[in-house]
Amino acid sequence: MTYRAEFLRRLYFRLPAIGIFVGGLIVWEGLVRAFDIKGFILPAPTAIATTFATETADLLTAGVGTFSTALAGLLLGGLLAVLTALAAARWRFVRDGALPFAIAANSTPIIVLAPIANSWFGLRSPFGSIFVVAILVFFPVMINLVRGLLSVDASEIELMDSYAAGRRTTLWKLQFPHSTPYLFSALKVAAALSLIGAIVKEFFGGSQERLGQYITTKAGLLQFEEAWAAIVLASLFGIALYNIVVLIERRVIPWHVSVRNA
Amino acid sequence: MSALSLRGVEKVFNPGSDQEVRAVHGVDLSVERGEFISVIGPSGCGKSTLLRLIGDLTPPSSGTVLVNGKTPAKARLDRDYGMVFQSATLLEWRRVQANVELPLEIMGMDAAERSRQAAAMLELVQLDRFANHYPWQLSGGMQQRVAIARALVFKPSILLMDEPFGALDEMTRERMQSELLRIRAETGTTVVFVTHSIPEAVFLSTRVVIMSPRPGTITEVVDIDLPEPRSDETREDQHFFELLTGVREGLRAVEDS
Repeated sequence: MTYRAEFLRRLYFRLPAIGIFVGGLIVWEGLVRAFDIKGFILPAPTAIATTFATETADLLTAGVGTFSTALAGLLLGGLLAVLTALAAARWRFVRDGALPFAIAANSTPIIVLAPIANSWFGLRSPFGSIFVVAILVFFPVMINLVRGLLSVDASEIELMDSYAAGRRTTLWKLQFPHSTPYLFSALKVAAALSLIGAIVKEFFGGSQERLGQYITTKAGLLQFEEAWAAIVLASLFGIALYNIVVLIERRVIPWHVSVRNA
Repeated sequence: MSALSLRGVEKVFNPGSDQEVRAVHGVDLSVERGEFISVIGPSGCGKSTLLRLIGDLTPPSSGTVLVNGKTPAKARLDRDYGMVFQSATLLEWRRVQANVELPLEIMGMDAAERSRQAAAMLELVQLDRFANHYPWQLSGGMQQRVAIARALVFKPSILLMDEPFGALDEMTRERMQSELLRIRAETGTTVVFVTHSIPEAVFLSTRVVIMSPRPGTITEVVDIDLPEPRSDETREDQHFFELLTGVREGLRAVEDS
């Protein structure tokens, strides 16, 4: 199939989604105009788009700042989660000691730490935000990965035993590759969490050149088009981060059922 | 020295509890190098447990198991066993070639050498054209052939097989049996093979061991004196049918008792 034909084929399957998106925008615009809805309740899409064009530099600075914080927190939290999960899979006492607390922590709204983080790291330190994101990401990733590491078939463990493979070899050659689909599904959730964590933390102060502060400040000044433009940008960054994880997933685990036919 | 020697082997699961199960009782068996032994019996008779006792996947409650004169634990650490289970248990993230290389990788063999040996093994099971496929791209019979290649690639002295063809259709099954015999003729490996198919046991084996229901014990050992090499004609041989009848009567006797 030619490149062009392939493009058209894909476009064809995307048509319903594109239709709903464009239709939604038209309905939104129409309702705002027809009922003369005020900008502080809901600005029209065209107004938001115009603001996007005029405020591009400020919005991008804030967006990139927040995105970098979220990404740094995601990487840090993810890395710590992987190391902890490997230790928990390898040593029973780590598992028995740490896992109940991790599961408990995972059921609490950890985001409430956001206002506290300022007093730990200082209002202007980027580490406060990174810390909040990392801790938010840590628990779901770790718990999912431990589940993946421990869910190998008994017969696969016996197979490794029959080769006289040691515990560490079994962990690396069997348990870890087996758990990678669990890791990626956790990372996809964590990608969204990381932006939520970063922005909510920014609501409580810190640099003005961040989306959270930008939104609260503009909303406070009744500049709702700007606030909405920032909200749209935050969504775009969220979608981008999620898709980055999906792209990496496709490259790393092409063998998995969830990826095979994608 | 026997390849395998079992003396008074017992296995009791959950001893002392109300879920106590006497799975294997008083088993004596001696297997010479190069033999093909099939273990057959009603389901739940402990034939799989017997295989697991030999392979050091579970320890006996009493009695002794010697493999090439060693304890099963020592034999396992010496990599004397190749194992094939009912499901192929291929690692789904590894391509066929990498699956066959797995045991060599664990043994620390260098990449070039293990690639060469795995390729040779894949040729032996006639899957060299599928080296770069993922397991899910293969049929059940092909997956099981990969599992056999993987079990034999490090040249273990004993091959332990637990109903390896149980999930295959009859035609594939018969083809796999012939193939297994061909591979064994080339490698000279001793085989202990658990099955519940009488024709399979008779076609493959030098001796068929019949076990009684729980607690599983050996009630009869039938010598299979069919000429080698065995082929599709063997399956239509008069003597093949006589042996089938012999094994079937042996099984019926234990089930009625």
